[in-house]
Amino acid sequence: MIRVEGLVKSFGRQPVLRGVDLEMPTGSITVIIGRSGGGKSVFLKHLLGLLRPDGGRVLVDGKEVTSLRGRALDEVRRRYGVVFQGGALFDSMSCVENVAFPLREKLRLPRAEMGKRVEAALAQVGLEGIGDKYPAEISGGMRKRVAIARALVIEPEIVFFDEPTTGLDPILVNTIHRLIQDLHRRFRFTAVMVSHEIPEIFEIADRVAMLHQGRIVEVGPPAAIQQSETHVVRQFIRGEPDTAEVC
Amino acid sequence: MTRPAAALALRPLEALGRHTLDVVQALGRFGTFLLEALAALLTPPFKPWAFLSRIVFIGYRSLLIIILTGAFTGMVLGLQIFLTLSRFGSEAFLGPAVALSLIRELGPVLAALMVTGRAGSALTAELGIMRISEQIDALTVMALNPMRYLVAPAILAGVVTFPLMTAIFDVVGIFGGYLVGVELLGLSEGTYFGEMQTFVDMTDIMLGVWKSVSFGVIVTWVCAYKGFRVGHGAEGVARATTQAVVLSSVLILVWDYFFGSVWK
Repeated sequence: MIRVEGLVKSFGRQPVLRGVDLEMPTGSITVIIGRSGGGKSVFLKHLLGLLRPDGGRVLVDGKEVTSLRGRALDEVRRRYGVVFQGGALFDSMSCVENVAFPLREKLRLPRAEMGKRVEAALAQVGLEGIGDKYPAEISGGMRKRVAIARALVIEPEIVFFDEPTTGLDPILVNTIHRLIQDLHRRFRFTAVMVSHEIPEIFEIADRVAMLHQGRIVEVGPPAAIQQSETHVVRQFIRGEPDTAEVC
Repeated sequence: MTRPAAALALRPLEALGRHTLDVVQALGRFGTFLLEALAALLTPPFKPWAFLSRIVFIGYRSLLIIILTGAFTGMVLGLQIFLTLSRFGSEAFLGPAVALSLIRELGPVLAALMVTGRAGSALTAELGIMRISEQIDALTVMALNPMRYLVAPAILAGVVTFPLMTAIFDVVGIFGGYLVGVELLGLSEGTYFGEMQTFVDMTDIMLGVWKSVSFGVIVTWVCAYKGFRVGHGAEGVARATTQAVVLSSVLILVWDYFFGSVWK
């Protein structure tokens, strides 16, 4: 389980996280929703150890990771797979090399076994036979799928998805969500996803947490969130504009 | 003096203090960046392929511009020094004058400036784009040290390629001077090269070598640092690239003066 306690972060005089408390149970899909600029990506970067909090802590299976550095932090990160918003595929490598990269550098597998695992990972995301195409030569949807294959090829225990469907058409959004759901059923990893995709995420999430103005304002199963009486949650789910913004 | 008036009077002092702290912090980050890169360079696992690819990137792809600028620098030196020396009837010293100017000063400095313009700016832009497209974060969360993969090989390649580029610049420049002085202006070949051997010694050559080694570290360090700490979006990459080239060029000239003052 990942547990976050009282996470606080400011950039200069701008507070972004004002005391976030959240639990993400092992083996479940937790989706964090919230308005743009609400601190979701900053929150995710704290879970990944890319940012250090001003206060509070992050615990992974009871072990505090916020104070870890260097090799100790890398040990925790070896359990992670991350799908970045834009894919973050290495431009200088082909898609196959991108997927093979963590196997080659982290696990140092023999070439034959590495080839098999890369093929299997690409087949899981429906991209078998992608050949030596480079990330710049394929579509946005395909890039996201290659990124998912790269994140899952090392069979991580915890997978983070940072807005994995942003910028895709509705059909691709559903395709990627189904893919994540299907892979989650097969591998039972703990998934933490930041997403804007309402109502699609309610079909794949086990728990949904709404981050608003640096705090978790509501957390629970998708059905409960959909029935929420909290104003900001209802407004976000229904996509209602701010009165001030309309005026 | 009332309290608000005192606060108002102290405001410039506060701003100065804040600015000083910012500068000290930035210098600290800049220094730590090099130390982290050196630590990654000296501890296994080593990345020989990344190093070789940086050699190609910094060295091989800069060859044409080095040969071109080296040739014309030597030709300009040959022409101007010949015209100056001929006023004193000392044309015989054209060879050593061209060679010493190139080996001690112009070769290391101009080669470094050329490589900065071509490879240093490209290094900053490449790392900057990797930063804003989260490729560097991707390496970090894979528990793979980006300093080991991206920065240490570039700095080592700078140390190896800058002296080689300088040597090529010097040799091509000396032949550029020969072309003008001997082939066009009629100085004898024996005088041009013979006097050169008399006046140029190993100390001059080593001065050029060590200068270019230090320029290799300065340029790759500055350019990699600026790429790593890029701001947001395309504008951030553009600004970082400009800053990297300007700062590298200024540091090359400043360091050249102090290095030359100490090592005579």
